[in-house]
Amino acid sequence: MARHVIAAVDELPPGARKFLEIDGRPIAVFNIKGEYFGLMNRCPHQGAALCEGPLIGLAQSREPGEIEYTKLGEIIRCPWHGWEFDIRTGQSYCDPRRFRVKAYPAHVEPGASVVKGPYVAETVTVKVESNYVVVEL
Amino acid sequence: MNIQFRESPEAASPLTAKTAIADCDIHPARATRTELYPYLAKRWQHHLEIYGVHAYQGMTEGPPYPKAQPNASRRDAYPPEGGPQGSSLSFMQKQLLDPNNVQLGVLNPLNTGQGIRNHELSAALCSAINDWQIDKWTSKDKRLKASIVVGNEDGLSAAAEIRERAGDKNFVQVLLLSRNVEPLGQRRYWPIYQAAEEAGLPVGVHAFGFGGNPITPSGWPSYYIEEMVGHSQCQQSALASLVLEGVFERFPKLKMVMIEAGFGWAPSLAWRLDKAWQRLRSEVPHVKRPPSEYIREQVWWTTQPMEDPERREDLFDVINWIGWDRLLFATDYPHWDYDEPSRVLPAGVSEANREAFYLGNAKKLYGLA
Ligand code: FES
Repeated sequence: MARHVIAAVDELPPGARKFLEIDGRPIAVFNIKGEYFGLMNRCPHQGAALCEGPLIGLAQSREPGEIEYTKLGEIIRCPWHGWEFDIRTGQSYCDPRRFRVKAYPAHVEPGASVVKGPYVAETVTVKVESNYVVVEL
Repeated sequence: MNIQFRESPEAASPLTAKTAIADCDIHPARATRTELYPYLAKRWQHHLEIYGVHAYQGMTEGPPYPKAQPNASRRDAYPPEGGPQGSSLSFMQKQLLDPNNVQLGVLNPLNTGQGIRNHELSAALCSAINDWQIDKWTSKDKRLKASIVVGNEDGLSAAAEIRERAGDKNFVQVLLLSRNVEPLGQRRYWPIYQAAEEAGLPVGVHAFGFGGNPITPSGWPSYYIEEMVGHSQCQQSALASLVLEGVFERFPKLKMVMIEAGFGWAPSLAWRLDKAWQRLRSEVPHVKRPPSEYIREQVWWTTQPMEDPERREDLFDVINWIGWDRLLFATDYPHWDYDEPSRVLPAGVSEANREAFYLGNAKKLYGLA
């Protein structure tokens, strides 16, 4: 499992996302309230660039008339047909048994360890004194 | 809005050398509000500025329901130069026509001037749209062919527009919408069918419209999702009307295309019509043959939306009844319920049927084979 350095932390503030291609795979990395998530940027339904969709919440209802809206900003809605996926896990809310987007773990590593460790720098020049967002795949 | 776009959105798919297809439902849009003015007499430009348009439907400022995505369109279909989705030829080429190897693209403009109470204005707008389709689209890309948009509620002016465009190779069909003031088989629409039959042009009936009637037969529903499924109900009543008013009997060479309303319901509608006709045919003696015969002989169906049953055999059963020679592939670009050509047809279809489905039927129907 290779680890790819994809951005300096300052480049990817909360609410931002970055698109990139790693080993021929289209991937997007999101910063959601300080947590980082990597997702395959291809919708398992018909192949749209899923990660270009809006981030919404999850509307659920136990019974008609009662609506709960949770996971605000953690659900990605496909720009084509609107299928919803959980950014954290890639799980589909519309057909969870058959469809799931590949999720890639992402996290922050200090520059020192990035320079030393088994990392491939993807699009960034790495300096020891900053922190970097790293995706694994 | 928390959407962020990449600088250059990915083309639909990186695959090259795809087999050629026809796309029988593409929606071109105007980049600006006044884009049609060069094609409209001064009198109508001023009229629009002073009075605007009055449709038969109540909510004139927009469609009766919000449409799930801005302009009911794919969020990745905004042209880089600005303007609404579907308003740029170069971006349509890059996002739809080139990567999918679209050999024939049939344009069906919506929000055109149909369903407007002032019939003179309706006719002027429709004619302007037709000129605009040639100037902006079909003359610039030979893969694209236009539909003749007509002032649907005034059969005579509609027929005049069809006769004027007949023989012009930029046009391949006449376009109506499914929601009209009256069911589509009624007399006021007959001049349209007569002119289309004479011109050898199929008549496409696209879901949607501004007839002013509720979107479902049981009244105005609460949700957009009900409007979505209501399209098939509306198309069913339009088709029943066409059969039962004797339109197919009167115009035996007329070809109708049911656009964007599904087709899974076709067999059951035909079976019910046949059964009722056996018992009630004395009421409609002008309907000389079982309704299913007219439907199978004179009706074609576009595929977006395609029914998507769990067992693909169920889909094949329906298609076998309709006929593999009757389906026309469509993406509905740039709308949000777009179908990706490489993903819609399940495995298990013979090479000949695939070819007919994706291209052959359309070329034949539209006279381009
Ligand atoms: S391609 Fe994403 S929902 Fe259809």
